[in-house]
Amino acid sequence: MSFRAKLLLMLAGLALLTPLGLLLPHWLGAGGAWGEWGPEELRKMVGYLPPGIRRLSGVWQAPIPDYSPPRLHPAVGYLVSGAVGMAAAAGLTLLLGRLLARRK
Amino acid sequence: MAAWSAPPPGKGWCEAVHIPDAYLGPYTWGGAYAVMVPIWAAAAGKVGRTLRSSQVPLLAMGSAFVFVVMMLNIPVGPTSGHATGAVLLAVLVGPWASVIAISVALAIQALLFGDGGILSLGANCFNLAFVMPFAGYLIYQAISGRCPISSRRRTLAAAAAGYLALNLAAVSTAVMLGIQPALHHTASGQPLYCPFPLKVTVPVMAGEHLLVFGWAEAALTGLAVAYFQRAQPDLLEAAR
Repeated sequence: MSFRAKLLLMLAGLALLTPLGLLLPHWLGAGGAWGEWGPEELRKMVGYLPPGIRRLSGVWQAPIPDYSPPRLHPAVGYLVSGAVGMAAAAGLTLLLGRLLARRK
Repeated sequence: MAAWSAPPPGKGWCEAVHIPDAYLGPYTWGGAYAVMVPIWAAAAGKVGRTLRSSQVPLLAMGSAFVFVVMMLNIPVGPTSGHATGAVLLAVLVGPWASVIAISVALAIQALLFGDGGILSLGANCFNLAFVMPFAGYLIYQAISGRCPISSRRRTLAAAAAGYLALNLAAVSTAVMLGIQPALHHTASGQPLYCPFPLKVTVPVMAGEHLLVFGWAEAALTGLAVAYFQRAQPDLLEAAR
């Protein structure tokens, strides 16, 4: 097996592990990331919602918010999101890399 | 600032390497974009001159790698966080190519999944796609010096670079968040954006990365470099 194929297999292995990245914190009752709260969470924590955050937190509506596609079990959705995101990141980097490397 | 006092760090305190939209005021997110645009341009120029087309698939895998590593949250007490893989990428493909691959991964996270904001994408790229790979690469090079590719010192250099660079990125993020209350507030002193001052953000972010997530990055970077030293030493040779 070529080295590149081995790396691809390892990436696929990491992709299959992604549900653990959601389930382990959930099972152990760990909270979300410090500084990454949604507006409602922040309002409960601080006692008010800073006006700039109220105004701007909806500035972008992501198509798959929080790695959670609708109608899927969260762990499955997280896995699907991981696969989609990895493919998108690799595809876009491949495209950019080809465009840049071709300028020589 | 009399009408308002700093809130305590919340129960779910954790790493915030992905700053959401609206946590930063316009000076900070605009300033970060203004700094990142020339860095992106320089990275594109540098990659165009030095990247061989045979390396492009490796770079693409690197972007997917960084993306997936950041999904693998590790719970620690009330907190969860993750490594980034940014230093490993910098060691393998160099810091300039890493700027592009990591920026792409961060852009996908923000655009498709709302993980990190669109306005704050420049700031997140500055911390994770510029500070982290460059700091990691320079520390790795400084510690490993001219020692042979297979040497143990190079493995340890990679681990130390992972540990230190993630902490630098975390502190840079904490500074961006922590200056918001002083930069943007109402007449009564109520913050408009991130409500936590530097004396909260820096100790929280530095503390949890020094204690926990820095070690995850160190283990990931050190173990992966140890693997490449045995399995594919020419990859490490190319970036030396």
